Amino acid sequence: MEIIKILISELPQFAKGTLVAIEVLVGLLFVGIVIGLAIALAEIFGNSLTKFLATTLRKFLWAIPQLVLLFLVFYLPFDLNPMLAAIIALGLCSSAFQSQIFRGAILSVQSGQIEAAKAMGMSRPRTIFYIVIPQMIRLSIGPWTNEFSSELKDTSLAYVVGVVEIMRNAKYIIAYTYGNTAAVYLFVGILYFTLTRIGTYFFYKLEDRLWVPGFEKRS
Amino acid sequence: MSTILEVKNLTKKFDDNEVLKDVSFELKKGETLAVIGSSGSGKSTLLRCLNHLSPPDSGQILLEGININTPETDINRVRADMGFVFQDFNLFTHLTILENVMFGPLRVRRWSKDKARQIATAEIKTVGMLDKIDSYPAQLSGGQQQRISIARALALKPKLILFDEPTSALDPELTGEVLSVMTDLAHSGMTAIVVTHEMGFARSVADKVIFIDQGLIVEQGPSKTLFSAPQHERTKLFLKNFSGLE
Repeated sequence: MEIIKILISELPQFAKGTLVAIEVLVGLLFVGIVIGLAIALAEIFGNSLTKFLATTLRKFLWAIPQLVLLFLVFYLPFDLNPMLAAIIALGLCSSAFQSQIFRGAILSVQSGQIEAAKAMGMSRPRTIFYIVIPQMIRLSIGPWTNEFSSELKDTSLAYVVGVVEIMRNAKYIIAYTYGNTAAVYLFVGILYFTLTRIGTYFFYKLEDRLWVPGFEKRS
Repeated sequence: MSTILEVKNLTKKFDDNEVLKDVSFELKKGETLAVIGSSGSGKSTLLRCLNHLSPPDSGQILLEGININTPETDINRVRADMGFVFQDFNLFTHLTILENVMFGPLRVRRWSKDKARQIATAEIKTVGMLDKIDSYPAQLSGGQQQRISIARALALKPKLILFDEPTSALDPELTGEVLSVMTDLAHSGMTAIVVTHEMGFARSVADKVIFIDQGLIVEQGPSKTLFSAPQHERTKLFLKNFSGLE
């Protein structure tokens, strides 16, 4: 099997591509967390103006296909490099989804606890920081792991603007060896599967570590 | 003894519904005041008006002689000086018992960690829960959670404590342990306002009682007098519901 030899000889390239994919993933998740959390907090605790702005932004990002936003950001006249464009565009898309994860988690924090902090003389921002966010983190990890694996797969879109990640490696091999397309994609599929499993394993571990006695545990 | 709280002509409306009508009373340092009345009479609203969880529309609230019902008041400082105990405890579920009770001293008063821990441990001891110091709220019974929420209020070193039906969410067996903590507090000289349906507690522990009906104080006075010789028909009618229960 010629293709197996080729794939083996291309492993260093795939390793590089995997690292690039992970960089894009970490970058876009970070953008998504920051903007997503801002949207969630504004939608719940904001005044009518910030609420309106956050909801509009969220609906806008929600409705645009990732590919369209990716090209849009890439072709903006800022001369962004492909990696940065991918991180920003995919991160913005992810922020819409992450905002709803955080929003749901924040709303699950009993309002009585927020009122108790208020009655103790604690300001709203400090209440959010010390009472709401810590509980939100624990409640978010499950659904957030879902978003993590979904975004890991979506890093494969970055190849369209020229980011040399896993898909780009695959395309390259397909271009210079004929007739092995399925085999290459099979390999790539296994690679993504492995990455996803490793990632989710660590988030499940984290969820266990943040478990609070007396609450239900995911079995 | 000096007057710690004086309330003058307090009113509160929800839309067109007058929940509190011209409520006035005063409380001396170390006294326990019980506020009784039927559900919907406005007694919880009165309590929530005092620390502006539900800001009153008009009237004065003088805490140690200073009117706190003004826009210039830093309400968070006032709230820290008035402990509040909720009907449904509202403990912080992600924190241990010790962390819950340390929260006020550490995060609101911004005292040092050592001082906060020392105060918290002492207050947890006061409510008899030292053995649960590392547990989480969800591991405790309702009565235990309420005792911790009392410790949490005490740890702020407040000038007075407001209890909003502290035993209404508990079954009779658990009610006793909470009432006994509150009785000890009253005897130790803590100033407290207790909104309650526990007539036994109001009669035997409280110094003063206010009976409130449809947002009006119908009658107030020393608890002995109010229970043994109520002056108004409405008070007599209300207390009749409880006769024979004690």
